[in-house]
Amino acid sequence: MADRYTTNRLNSGLSWADVTPKEVFLNRRQWLAGSGAMALAATLPRQAQARIEAAKSRYSTDEAPNSFEDITSYNNFYEFGFDKTDPATHAGGLTISPWTVEIDGLVEKPGSYDLADLVKGMPIEERIYRFRCVEAWSMVIPWIGFELAALLNRVGVQPGAKYVAFTSLARAEEMPGVARGLLDWPYREGLRLDEAMHPLTILATGLYGEEMPRQNGAPIRLVVPWKYGFKSAKSLVRITLTDSQPPTTWNMMQPNEYGFYANVNPEVSHPRWSQASERRIGGLFAKRVDTIKFNGYGDQVASLYAGQDLAKDY
Amino acid sequence: MSVQDQVHRLLRPVRPWMVYALGTIPAALLMLRIFTGDLGVDPVKAIEHSLGLTALQLIVAGLCVTPLRRFAGLNLNRFRRQIGVLAFVYASLHLMVWVTLDLQFRWAEIGADLVKRPYIVIGMIAFLMLLPLALTSNNAAVRKLGAQRWQLLHLLTYPAALLAALHFVWLVKAWPLEPLLYMAAVVALLGLRVWVRQRRATATT
Ligand code: HEM
Repeated sequence: MADRYTTNRLNSGLSWADVTPKEVFLNRRQWLAGSGAMALAATLPRQAQARIEAAKSRYSTDEAPNSFEDITSYNNFYEFGFDKTDPATHAGGLTISPWTVEIDGLVEKPGSYDLADLVKGMPIEERIYRFRCVEAWSMVIPWIGFELAALLNRVGVQPGAKYVAFTSLARAEEMPGVARGLLDWPYREGLRLDEAMHPLTILATGLYGEEMPRQNGAPIRLVVPWKYGFKSAKSLVRITLTDSQPPTTWNMMQPNEYGFYANVNPEVSHPRWSQASERRIGGLFAKRVDTIKFNGYGDQVASLYAGQDLAKDY
Repeated sequence: MSVQDQVHRLLRPVRPWMVYALGTIPAALLMLRIFTGDLGVDPVKAIEHSLGLTALQLIVAGLCVTPLRRFAGLNLNRFRRQIGVLAFVYASLHLMVWVTLDLQFRWAEIGADLVKRPYIVIGMIAFLMLLPLALTSNNAAVRKLGAQRWQLLHLLTYPAALLAALHFVWLVKAWPLEPLLYMAAVVALLGLRVWVRQRRATATT
């Protein structure tokens, strides 16, 4: 796979503001040509009223977002407990300021970055994405954030880097699930570098025009919309560029159930349940809909996996 | 008068149909929560879980009847049938919610789940074991089968209880405590029976 990484271009003296690599830009245009429907997005009545300055994005879906209540009261965030209501109940006391993110490994400018410095100057956009949980439910969420590629370009990816590892906060004093040792903390996730550099991959700092609610992974989290939700690690404290595939929490715990890739794929069942369809959260008669490969983002991301057997690399 | 006698006296006026009436309370509370929108943003899962949990609790309650008499001198045998039938009713509702609100009549997926998903297979086997027990929970059936065969048939309660608890342990991610506690309760209640039987066997030899 390594030969497909064009890591060199990341160090080719792009200016700070020049956050969209050309290759990515071309990708984007190709994709736009294929989906005129997206133009409708701007006219949607349920578009979130952004209080945080955030540009609309062509990557947003035109599907109606779930309510703020849906998104903020139904969360898997085991640092706060196993129940989906635990995060909303217990996350209120989480200290999110000050917040630093350690960026290390194969980067040109490693360091402990204050969150404000890290976000400063980033092109903030609203990204309305489908979100598909591995448990076969889904939502549509209006995230606010910026492309991870922009940050990686800023810190400079060294040529040898092939993967990006993410580490979430594990602060027992404020996180009852961490205190009780529900999982092997801290929560760890990872992406291949090309996945991390993909323009759909964002670091989200808010949703529905507001600062990120604590139960959703404040103050900064990963969002990878074509993968199952557990890949989108919350409350990030560390981003590490590595040359080998980093260990990831669910994969370490149950490797036959949760792969490293975890691309949304109706053809590959979870060993214990089917992934053929999903319930779109929304009340008693919430409709079950067919799950789409790559969560419907196949036009943009399928090429990343050309030649890979996704039943094996699940 | 002993505590047990007091309880027995207190329970004397309780008719079996009253147990059924009591048994509708969890369902009524659930209905209330549905209509007041108190079930959170995913009411379907909440309903499915609540009905499954009530069924399992009733199964465990049913298993408590004999040990309570044996070890605590508290005789609730009169109510055992109603407890069992109620467990079956809640399990049926649980299954119905799965087919209707959760899987929404997607028969292909329902069929696939019923053969491929261990926790569904196990739940279904538990349910199918409860079915003949519910159907024979009337005096006519006891007479027709004869006490011995009826008792033999109702030994199905034990594997059904084990499978129901296993179903719960198997369907969750990671290892939350609650399903393990139910499993522990079932194993303890069945273990108690094995222990009694063994002690009896050694006592008679
Ligand atoms: C004796 C029969 C059964 C009992 C006692 C039982 C009990 C339970 C319990 C306790 C739960 C978990 C509740 C919670 O999380 O709080 C559950 C969940 C569930 N059961 Fe059953 N069950 C039975 C039969 C079945 C059958 C026959 C099916 C389907 C064919 C089924 C499908 C499910 C499903 C889909 C879930 C929820 C899984 C999820 O969270 O997505 N169960 N059941």
